Amino acid sequence: MDDVNDGFDGFDGDTFSAIYRREVGRCLATLVRVLGDIDLAEDMVADAFALAAQRWSVTGIPPNPGGWITTTARNVAIDRLRRESTRVERHAAAYRLLQPDHESDLEPTMFSDIDDPDQVPDDQLRLMFLCCHPALAPDVQVAMTLRLLGGLETAEIARAFLVPEPTMAQRLVRAKRKIRDNNFAYRIPHSSELHDRLRPVLAVVYLIFNEGYSAASGTALMRVSLSDEAIRLGRLLVELLPDEAEPAGLLALMLLTDSRRPARVDSHGALVRLADQDRSCWNRDLIAEGQQIVRACIRRGNPGPYQIQAAIAAVHSDAPTAAATDWSQVVALYNQLYAFQPTDIVWMNRSIAVAELSGPQAGLDALATVQLDRYYLFHATHADLLARVGRLDAADDAYRRAIELSTNETERTFLEQRRAAVRPTK
Amino acid sequence: MTQYLLSVWHDDNYELNFETDEAQRRVAQVGKFNDDLLASGGFVFGGGLHPASSATVVRATDGGVSMTDGPYAESKEQIGGFWIIEASDMDAALEWARAAALACEGPVEIRPFQG
Repeated sequence: MDDVNDGFDGFDGDTFSAIYRREVGRCLATLVRVLGDIDLAEDMVADAFALAAQRWSVTGIPPNPGGWITTTARNVAIDRLRRESTRVERHAAAYRLLQPDHESDLEPTMFSDIDDPDQVPDDQLRLMFLCCHPALAPDVQVAMTLRLLGGLETAEIARAFLVPEPTMAQRLVRAKRKIRDNNFAYRIPHSSELHDRLRPVLAVVYLIFNEGYSAASGTALMRVSLSDEAIRLGRLLVELLPDEAEPAGLLALMLLTDSRRPARVDSHGALVRLADQDRSCWNRDLIAEGQQIVRACIRRGNPGPYQIQAAIAAVHSDAPTAAATDWSQVVALYNQLYAFQPTDIVWMNRSIAVAELSGPQAGLDALATVQLDRYYLFHATHADLLARVGRLDAADDAYRRAIELSTNETERTFLEQRRAAVRPTK
Repeated sequence: MTQYLLSVWHDDNYELNFETDEAQRRVAQVGKFNDDLLASGGFVFGGGLHPASSATVVRATDGGVSMTDGPYAESKEQIGGFWIIEASDMDAALEWARAAALACEGPVEIRPFQG
């Protein structure tokens, strides 16, 4: 993609990259269905984009670039499969492509089902459910989603998740092989199983978002695009599953969280707490869109964990200052969330809201049942509440634990500053 | 269609005491699973195995074989039985694996056959 030279009017490397990012997952999703083989589909789509780079610089961008790529990829596949049709492993794919009803129509525009508007969106859902199949480990689901739906290079995914590139490459190879050897179905789950199958899909998208948002490591530049990619996938899910409430909740949660990105770090790159953020920096467009989705979710009346978390984010985004936050609403929402997800993390976050609503001692009392000794944010929360009730020695201890357990330089610096601010004078 | 191995794993010293109600319940559950699998046409072969201590390992050595008493894997977890099933795809096979795990009340590994 990098060697695309400016040529035809309006055609340049950036435009081409944008088209690539927008279309690659969609094209691949259809080619996987048509070819029945992920590796082959990836090769063919890559070849088609390479052809496009040459062709479009002369002819300009066709009206439907995704359709052009998809039909071209299929034609490239037919050529290749004809040449290699003796190879056993390609036989099944060749058979599928060269069935009698297709054999006579080799003109790209004549394939009836290839960009059938009814099939193409379904293909993207099929691919999403395939990448996030529960028989694949969560880290594999994430890698497959970024690779196949996001079109990220293996090296990019490896960098994003701090894994050596050969390790990531092997992870992807094994996953594709497992899918092939086990004959994974390329289908959209039935309505009876949709709920269970959707859960890992949403988890993967949210994990990609958080990886980008928290920027635990890696370069800032890379991470920004991971959050954007997660939001793009979230929008796609909402579009493809309009009857499901939780994808909308997830999208709203990501938009509302992302709206605070400009205020999340100061000019020195240090972390700024929600309470201390300059709210005039928050992105109003993202807030408006997120809040609108949250309102639609409430009207729909089918709550779930992502929608409730989005509602909590919406309450924060409504408040002109931290002090003006409707904390009773936040606590009520955490109670609802806890009913769905009775975890210590949810209870810990509820405790923070309780401290704002009823004072730090109430927060400490609520936190007392939480057992998250290995989690730095638990100790950071504990330290903050201890400091606020004046137990400075205990707060100092808790900050020390939090700093020991944090893995991120930005967060560690933040915690050290907090610790210094409350350190008891001896 | 793809053939899959569904293997049942237990603790090495697991032995069902058939006198107990618990054992009877589990035997009935597995019996029901077998009936369903047979009726579906997806059953290829299957059965329970005697305890791992009854196993013998035969190894090829230079110009011959050697034998050792006991199972190959020096693991606490040993295979206790298996089915070979035929299913249209992974999701269909996973449905059987899920039913098998519930019937056996233990882990079931699913693995595809080559070819």
